Amino acid sequence: MKTLRDVKIGQTVTVQKLTGEGPVKRRIMDMGITKGTEVFIRKVAPLGDPVEITVRGYELSLRKADAEMILVG
Amino acid sequence: MSIRIALAGNPNSGKTTLFNALTGSNQFVGNWPGVTVEKKEGKLKSDRSITITDLPGIYSLSPYTLEEVVARNYLLEERPDVILNIIDGTNLERNLFLTTQLAELGIPVVVAVNMMDVVLKNGDKIDTAKLGKRLGCKVFEISALKGTGIAEAVQGALDAAKTAGNFRPVHSFSAKVEQFLTAVSAKLPEHLPEEQRRFYSIKLFERDEKIMAALKVEEIEEIILAAEKEMDDDAESIITAERYHYIGDILKNCYWKKNRGGLTVSDKIDRVVTNRWLALPIFAAVMFLVYFVSVSTVGTYATDWANDGVFGDGWHLFGIGSAEMAEASEAFEAGTLTEEPDPADFGVWVPGIPVVVGGVLESINCAEWLQGLVVDGVIGGVGAVLGFVPQMLVLFFFLAFLEACGYMARIAFIMDRIFRKFGLSGKSFIPMLIGTGCGVPGIMASRTIENDRDRKMTIMTTTFIPCGAKLPIIALIAGALFGGAAWVAPSAYFVGIAAIIVSGVILKKTRLFAGDPAPFVMELPAYHMPTLSGVLRSMWERGSSFVKKAGTIILLSAIVIWFLSNFGFANGSFGMVEDLSDGLLADIGSAIAVLFAPLGWGNWQSAVAAVTGLVAKENVVATFGQLYGFAEVAEDGAEVWGTLAASFTPVAAYSFLVFNLLCAPCFAAIGAIKREMNSAKWTWFAIGYQTLFAYLISFCVYQIGSAVTGTASFGIGTALAAAAVLGILFMLFRPQKQLKKWKLETAAE
Repeated sequence: MKTLRDVKIGQTVTVQKLTGEGPVKRRIMDMGITKGTEVFIRKVAPLGDPVEITVRGYELSLRKADAEMILVG
Repeated sequence: MSIRIALAGNPNSGKTTLFNALTGSNQFVGNWPGVTVEKKEGKLKSDRSITITDLPGIYSLSPYTLEEVVARNYLLEERPDVILNIIDGTNLERNLFLTTQLAELGIPVVVAVNMMDVVLKNGDKIDTAKLGKRLGCKVFEISALKGTGIAEAVQGALDAAKTAGNFRPVHSFSAKVEQFLTAVSAKLPEHLPEEQRRFYSIKLFERDEKIMAALKVEEIEEIILAAEKEMDDDAESIITAERYHYIGDILKNCYWKKNRGGLTVSDKIDRVVTNRWLALPIFAAVMFLVYFVSVSTVGTYATDWANDGVFGDGWHLFGIGSAEMAEASEAFEAGTLTEEPDPADFGVWVPGIPVVVGGVLESINCAEWLQGLVVDGVIGGVGAVLGFVPQMLVLFFFLAFLEACGYMARIAFIMDRIFRKFGLSGKSFIPMLIGTGCGVPGIMASRTIENDRDRKMTIMTTTFIPCGAKLPIIALIAGALFGGAAWVAPSAYFVGIAAIIVSGVILKKTRLFAGDPAPFVMELPAYHMPTLSGVLRSMWERGSSFVKKAGTIILLSAIVIWFLSNFGFANGSFGMVEDLSDGLLADIGSAIAVLFAPLGWGNWQSAVAAVTGLVAKENVVATFGQLYGFAEVAEDGAEVWGTLAASFTPVAAYSFLVFNLLCAPCFAAIGAIKREMNSAKWTWFAIGYQTLFAYLISFCVYQIGSAVTGTASFGIGTALAAAAVLGILFMLFRPQKQLKKWKLETAAE
């Protein structure tokens, strides 16, 4: 299955599921990335990581390694 | 009866602005018990009997970050009379996520929707009455910035406080989840009050370790497992999704966002500022501007005025008379004026504090030693603290502005890629940037880093960056030995940065710091224009905390050093000595100088200067001045350049510089490290590491440098230095894999 890491800039995807566990996962969920949420990939930082996304109407940044925990469709 | 209001909300929701508006100057800043998170309390401006506690800015009541744990423990254990929950009206969905959790605690909640002016300007609409009904609490529209609606919100909170004990969360999740929660609730101990049962059932269902340990409820694991199986997700995800689902459901009927189609102003700014190609140049330009103004121009004028004017001979009020004085001095030097001009004859001359106080003391025939103590010890010491403050205030002003406008978060975004490699977070840039001004607030700024490991690493390495107080040392060495060469100062920063990188990589591979890199999930708040009062307040808080935290120590040290250098054994008796080389300090210096001989500066003056540098870095220059017999030296110690050049080789001087840049910071910064580490063991580890590292690097610089420049022949010292370099290289490049294996072995034991 595709993860958020694989999504190209400018695309909007829907979150299917979150893998992994622990603080990082909880943090990602607390920030509003839950099952069924629409996520828009805004841009990649100038050095290639992290990425900036729009979720629930605000801007959030997360590392590509953590974006791998988010399965999207 | 005194009422306690807890102020809760997300970071960037305007909580601090609201807190300041509510309490004005009636604030007490301290720490939460046992941890290093800042605690702010204040009394309501309009009614001093009401206490407002500013909780740390949090996104959730989960038990993972220090801030969340602190806020949660306060709410659960202290149980304030009412929670005033401030939410950002332009970001309702995520802000309400915390609201749903606060409402479960059984403490009355009043919601203040902030930034309503922006919401209206955007053309969005929030039906706060309906929102309040669905949330089960009163909702008020406010603008913390403009001060509108605040009084009503506070009154609402006070009214709600009277309903304590009757407050029930009204929200509910899907029927299926509620069924499981009811089952968990049935297992809860009888003694839990009814209004708190909802919170504990949900937390137990989420397998919250801290609550599970506190309650020790049996037989709920089966319920959770059944739920997870049925819903094909883990319990934490189920609850989080339910909350957001519930919020979405509420907002459908009471929030209408105008479809603007185009980009907002903030979007447009962000497009440029974090643009793939422009981000780094803009970042560099911003940093340059901050530096140019706060260190090179305005900051220098301010520092010169404070050091040479207020704590020096004196200054011309508003510069009146400065130009004429300069002309006269030139004429005197050229020989056209026979008498040296007195600045007091030109314009409006304000004499410096030492001059005034010295004059008064002399006129009342004060004892000579007391005059020395007051003028050289006390006023000199106070000057050392306060002389640096104007420059720091300029720097803090910029930093407060960058933080408030939203650019600081972008710095973390831009820099993360680099910092992560060294076991740091992009947010480590912020403490290090602040650390260039002063290590004390720099270390304190490490609080914004959630991950414990990243934070500790940042605290340990922040003071490697030359702080403002180390600039005079750089100026001294550059001026005395290198003819003021322009490369010395940048090289000091380079050494600092290299020390951070090397330490980061080496420490990351040790057992203390090993592990997965920390998460970096950070909000990028919308850009907005900060208010002048907010920026000034932040600037003032940081500045005054420096004076308070560092002031006493620097002052005390100045007095102690004055005593040690002016008293000693001469002519067979103890007393005030004429010659500094008879002073106690010289004896101490001679005793420890041998330690520094391998670094190239084994004379007692340098050893003493390095020791006084531990008390406060800017003391190094002043100590050289005193030890070489100058009562007062300029910030860069120009008076002692000649003496210094005679007693150092350039390589030895550079080794001295490197040691003083990297070794344990001043006592004020050590105090900050202790506060932030909150552990004596970690504090000693940090200081020990820094000093050892500094010694090693200076040793290598001197030994190898001397061999290369030909001032010393190849010897045992050079060989040891080469071995040390190889050792550092090994630590740098040894693979992480090796450690994993070692870890497994130790685990097997």
